[in-house]
Amino acid sequence: MTATHQGVPTTGAPFRAVRHLPLFLAGLAALALCVAASLALGARSVSPSTVADALFGDAHGRDALVVTGLRLPRTVIGLAVGAALGVAGAVAQAVTRNPLASPTTLGINAGAAFAVVVAIFALKLDSPAQYVWFACAGAAGAALLAQAMARRAGDIDPVRLALGGTVLQLVLLSWTSAVMLMDQRTLDDARFWLAGSVSGRSLDVLLPVLPALVLGLVIALALSPALNALALGDDTAQSLGVPVARIRLAGGVAVVLLAGAAVAVAGPVAFIGLAAPHLVRPLLGGDHRLLLPGCLIAGPLLLLAADVLGRLVIRPSELEVGIVTAFLGAPLLALLARKVTR
Amino acid sequence: MTTADQLAAHGLDLRYGDRLVVGGLDLTLPGGAVTAIVGPNACGKSTLLRGLSRLLAPAAGRVTLDGADIHRMSARALALRMGLLPQQPVTPEAITVEALVRLGRYPHQRLLSPWSAADQRAVDEALERTGTAGLRDHPVDQLSGGQRQRAWIALALAQDTELLLLDEPTTFLDLRHQLDVLDLVAALHAEAGRTVVMVLHDLGQAARYADHMVVLKDGRLAATGAPADVLDADLVKSVFDVDCRVIPDPETGTPLVIPKAGAVRHSAVSA
Repeated sequence: MTATHQGVPTTGAPFRAVRHLPLFLAGLAALALCVAASLALGARSVSPSTVADALFGDAHGRDALVVTGLRLPRTVIGLAVGAALGVAGAVAQAVTRNPLASPTTLGINAGAAFAVVVAIFALKLDSPAQYVWFACAGAAGAALLAQAMARRAGDIDPVRLALGGTVLQLVLLSWTSAVMLMDQRTLDDARFWLAGSVSGRSLDVLLPVLPALVLGLVIALALSPALNALALGDDTAQSLGVPVARIRLAGGVAVVLLAGAAVAVAGPVAFIGLAAPHLVRPLLGGDHRLLLPGCLIAGPLLLLAADVLGRLVIRPSELEVGIVTAFLGAPLLALLARKVTR
Repeated sequence: MTTADQLAAHGLDLRYGDRLVVGGLDLTLPGGAVTAIVGPNACGKSTLLRGLSRLLAPAAGRVTLDGADIHRMSARALALRMGLLPQQPVTPEAITVEALVRLGRYPHQRLLSPWSAADQRAVDEALERTGTAGLRDHPVDQLSGGQRQRAWIALALAQDTELLLLDEPTTFLDLRHQLDVLDLVAALHAEAGRTVVMVLHDLGQAARYADHMVVLKDGRLAATGAPADVLDADLVKSVFDVDCRVIPDPETGTPLVIPKAGAVRHSAVSA
């Protein structure tokens, strides 16, 4: 890179946002494409014109019913869950100052899933609307545990935190399986949900978790300037006037609300939260005022792309989105861990 | 003389867990001056700086800024008056020099208030002053040690505080860059009238660049005052366990510590 020339306009905040506008627009365009694909593609593919007709009420055939009755809710839920997980991942990485952190690698998704399965077993719950607060409680428990385990090791080592979180995740998954095996009904109710899927849910499922999701998003976006300062280390952040402990707590609450809401609706969908920030950072940089909105686009983009892929690979049957993301996300984690330890 | 920006410790105890690192310290750091905190390794220099800057809560006693307890101020209120450069700050991946320095404006901004002309002016001035304006679009993690340290000082300058605390700002730098950083600090003091408190390792540099010296030994105050009054052979012997002569620095006339030959390590004395 060459030295800056004198007289180049100083990069003020508004200028900076404008500079990134094309990228945001490109992201939105890509997301729109994914939405279109998600509405059109599947076991029974529908032409784009029929999709348009179905959406605007001019078609009433079987195809139209598939679009409006099944794929539209599925796509909307995918957008919401992807956004929640993407932003949760970015906040988790900022708060722990660890590029390997995410709702999956910190065991937060697994904690939420475990709490929900226990609730299904013990309290005979049967709808995602009832899951949300259990999911948040489980997410919070796992988040605290992962932090405590990492803190015992003295200085928090990024790989160690992710490793501890992954171990926690495995333990929670095995407990979850144990609870499910205790009772046939729990097994039936939870198995499909637990694979991580956005299909077979109506929009009614989304409504009850919306408050948690929106609250989590608002907290996350409000924190973004403080997260920028936090990236400079606790000492510098504190001397810049950031109440570090409080910001970290608020960030944790945002992650728990977002991950809890996502898990309640779709079950644990792995690696969206890990991948989205890493996809956005090379494009927009590390400024959280850009990164979080970027993840708001990248999260749904990744989730819908994975969901559509899952519908196409073994047609006419389909893979749950959670299985697709786990399949694609595991190598990504290995890659990132290599990069971090280097 | 009562000056503003006077930082003081009153019966200050600082602990890490059970370990008392700084004990019963009473200290006044003159406002408008450059103070150097010196002492042997593990004497509590950096711990004292952490205590003075609120990074470490005192186990007993108080730290006051112009009489007000800094632990009763809000984080932001203190950040508007006191900047700090930690010994090993964390550099976020791929952040540019200007983006780093802009973060120094954090305490001046509100959530929805836009980046103001005053903010930009402070950033530009900090970059100019530290000679990093030409590097503003460079990633910080690709700079040399000296350039990086200047970028971090620029961040602390952009914060625009009357009081600046620096924890060993010259560690890991070669002599040229050490002098650059210290000259920069001296200029800040001389031109902008800032109060500077820094932890230093080198007694000669401390004597050259500081108006006021705080000498610590085992977490206790060994001596405090102007370098010329404080630094003598007896003090160096008692604090650092080094036999030496103290002569006037041929360049500046400030005290210069010259260790005696062969007497530093008895086992090293040749027959």
